[in-house]
Amino acid sequence: MNMSLTGSKARWAVLLIVTAVVLVAAGIYAVGAYQRFEESRTAASSVGITAGQPLPGVPFVLFRNTASGQGYGNAATVSLSDPGGTRAVSEQECDRVYGTAATVVCLKTNRGLVTAFEAAVLNRDWQVQRSWPVPGIPSRTRVSADGSLIATTVFVTGHSYATSGFSTATEISLPGGTSGNLEDFALMVNGERLVATDRNIWGVTFAPGQNDVFYATAASSGRIWLVRGSLSAKTLTAIHDHVECPSISPDGTRIAYKKNDGGGLVAHWRVAVLDLASGQERVLSEKRSVDDQIEWLDDRNLLYGLPDEAAAGDSNIWQLGTEPGSQPSLFIAHAWSPSVVR
Amino acid sequence: MYISLSDRSGGKRDKSRNNATALAAEVPFRLSPVILWLGIVSMVTDVSSESVTAILPLYVTGFLGLSTIAFGFIDGINQGASAIVRIAAGWAADRSGHPKRIALAGYGLSMLARIGFLFAGGFWAIAAIVTGDRIGKGIRTAPRDALISVSAQPEHLARSFGVHRMLDNIGAAAGPLIAFFVLLMIPNGFSTVFVVSLAFAVIGVAVLALVVPDIRAHGVNSADGGEGKRLFAFSWSHLKEPGLGKLLIAAGLLGVVTIGDGFIYLVLQARDSFAVQWFPLLFVGTNVVFLALAVPLGRLADRVGKVPVFVGGHIALLATYLLAAAPFGGLWGTVGCLVLLGAFYAATDGVLAALASQLTPAGKLATGIASAQTVVALSRMTASAGFGVLWYAVGAPMAMVVASVLLACAVVAVAVILRSARPAARQDAGSGA
Repeated sequence: MNMSLTGSKARWAVLLIVTAVVLVAAGIYAVGAYQRFEESRTAASSVGITAGQPLPGVPFVLFRNTASGQGYGNAATVSLSDPGGTRAVSEQECDRVYGTAATVVCLKTNRGLVTAFEAAVLNRDWQVQRSWPVPGIPSRTRVSADGSLIATTVFVTGHSYATSGFSTATEISLPGGTSGNLEDFALMVNGERLVATDRNIWGVTFAPGQNDVFYATAASSGRIWLVRGSLSAKTLTAIHDHVECPSISPDGTRIAYKKNDGGGLVAHWRVAVLDLASGQERVLSEKRSVDDQIEWLDDRNLLYGLPDEAAAGDSNIWQLGTEPGSQPSLFIAHAWSPSVVR
Repeated sequence: MYISLSDRSGGKRDKSRNNATALAAEVPFRLSPVILWLGIVSMVTDVSSESVTAILPLYVTGFLGLSTIAFGFIDGINQGASAIVRIAAGWAADRSGHPKRIALAGYGLSMLARIGFLFAGGFWAIAAIVTGDRIGKGIRTAPRDALISVSAQPEHLARSFGVHRMLDNIGAAAGPLIAFFVLLMIPNGFSTVFVVSLAFAVIGVAVLALVVPDIRAHGVNSADGGEGKRLFAFSWSHLKEPGLGKLLIAAGLLGVVTIGDGFIYLVLQARDSFAVQWFPLLFVGTNVVFLALAVPLGRLADRVGKVPVFVGGHIALLATYLLAAAPFGGLWGTVGCLVLLGAFYAATDGVLAALASQLTPAGKLATGIASAQTVVALSRMTASAGFGVLWYAVGAPMAMVVASVLLACAVVAVAVILRSARPAARQDAGSGA
């Protein structure tokens, strides 16, 4: 147990050297990373961009630009007729965006020693009209067609003493500035009100032309439902199983969603489409796991984001037809969170 | 920095004239350098782990574009696995007689997991790394607390644990700040956070390996060769130590009525309509109170007894519940809750380890500490699940009242149970040869 004096001296020397080496190495790495960040922030974008423009005339696609260089992480638009063309990149950093012809909703992370998250409503000149804090990491957002209703879903997590598990917080912001937490809505399953221990609601989509109706995902005890929500009655009614992040088609007849067939341990989400009138479901041929709220390009084609396998922090938007056997094709490279504005 | 190496044995020599009932005031407190260095190991390791924990959800969802849903599930499995590993590691530390080696294995495993972050991309890689880190934490805790226990002056056992917990929490508070500072400077600088985290992990392992001596846990019994042999055959007998058994029952009883902190914060947030962005500061606030009170309450436990302070900590928790459930609130109500909650941790976390080691024969020290900590962890997991049901069934304020009543009953029951638990086991073991 007792060390000789020289042995202990050697140990102290080794400790000092190890400490110095790892701290210096980490410091050098940090400085290098900071310089790389500064360079990439000021470098020309890796794709063709224009800056300082208001929202274009419809139709266009609103999305989060993930091309490296200037404008990385900012909300951007591109003409629907030329999705691969030059993108107009705004000054607004957003993790998640959705919009109408005149309004953009932007969920963003405000970095700081206390990292906070907020939702902001922007006008067509990208000026903030109003904003409010949201209680977690941005996940999904949707706006009703007239811009009056705004739905946000965030992951409530991310503090160092959290117990296990996750939860989502989903709110619908009403025109008067009031908002409703969907967990306070009555959840009806098979005609009975479910008062569950671990209810989670996420992924709202607003039915076109009906200001009271929306669809969302509700989960409890490992079961997952598609629910039809009513804002006036404050109810969520389960209408189908295993539907996550629903997205209603422009004609209001079908719902595209992700469906987990990966089993319990790790999720693998297939893209599926449900016909609301017949209740018929079709799982599409996309083989990769799609963890996104799908967007309708038109009544027959879907858009969704997938992380880029080659570069962490980058992603691409893919297109997939709803007819059987349709194969996915790249829609916009280096982009995330598509919103088709018609 | 100068610490005399001749002091390395710390207060251990005092143990030969072991008299745990001696008044703390009679023996001047000398902090064993072993405990100081173990505290520093824990501090830098907590900087390492908490810096990553704080930013992991952002990294996974915001940067990698994965969902955190499945991670919650994995985390649940890990908590169970960590509890089992903890007992096994405690047992291995006792059986081998080299708690430092077991602790080193635990710290080393967590350090290796941090290397993985530099290369991780997919779901399984991150799940495996997080699992490795948690198992490492499960392995190291009990052997490390056993090292603290044998290095401390018996008269100042709780205070010594308090010093360690204080250092530990300084690291836990600094880690997230360092991580968020890095992200503030470099928005997507997750790899920099991982590199910094690895650097602190390496320092922690280096300090443990190079500076902390490999004290044999059953040092007081080293003349008793039979003790170590007998351990090969032992199974659950250590749990039947009269004092420890009572402590485990008491800790379990209190654990199943200890609702998770998250619920308390949610109640506070709902009542006072805090700006949601201040939510993370609630955790920091509790943590700061914990580190500030860890040493004073440890001293108190040495002076008036560990059981009263342990039970008193749960009375502070009871006061937290009542204050959180009260219809009035405001800033001071919230601050009061954080102070009481921090006091609860300061009065129970290190004191429990001190109590467990006091009630366990020296040769079974790590196992005894591990058992107590596992009972607390598992019973609190049960409590969180149960309280979640209650929360939705009767609403938050009523659920808090029910939890308060249950906790009050448990406190009374535990006060009765532990009144007769005397720290005699260690002396029995010492003289039993």
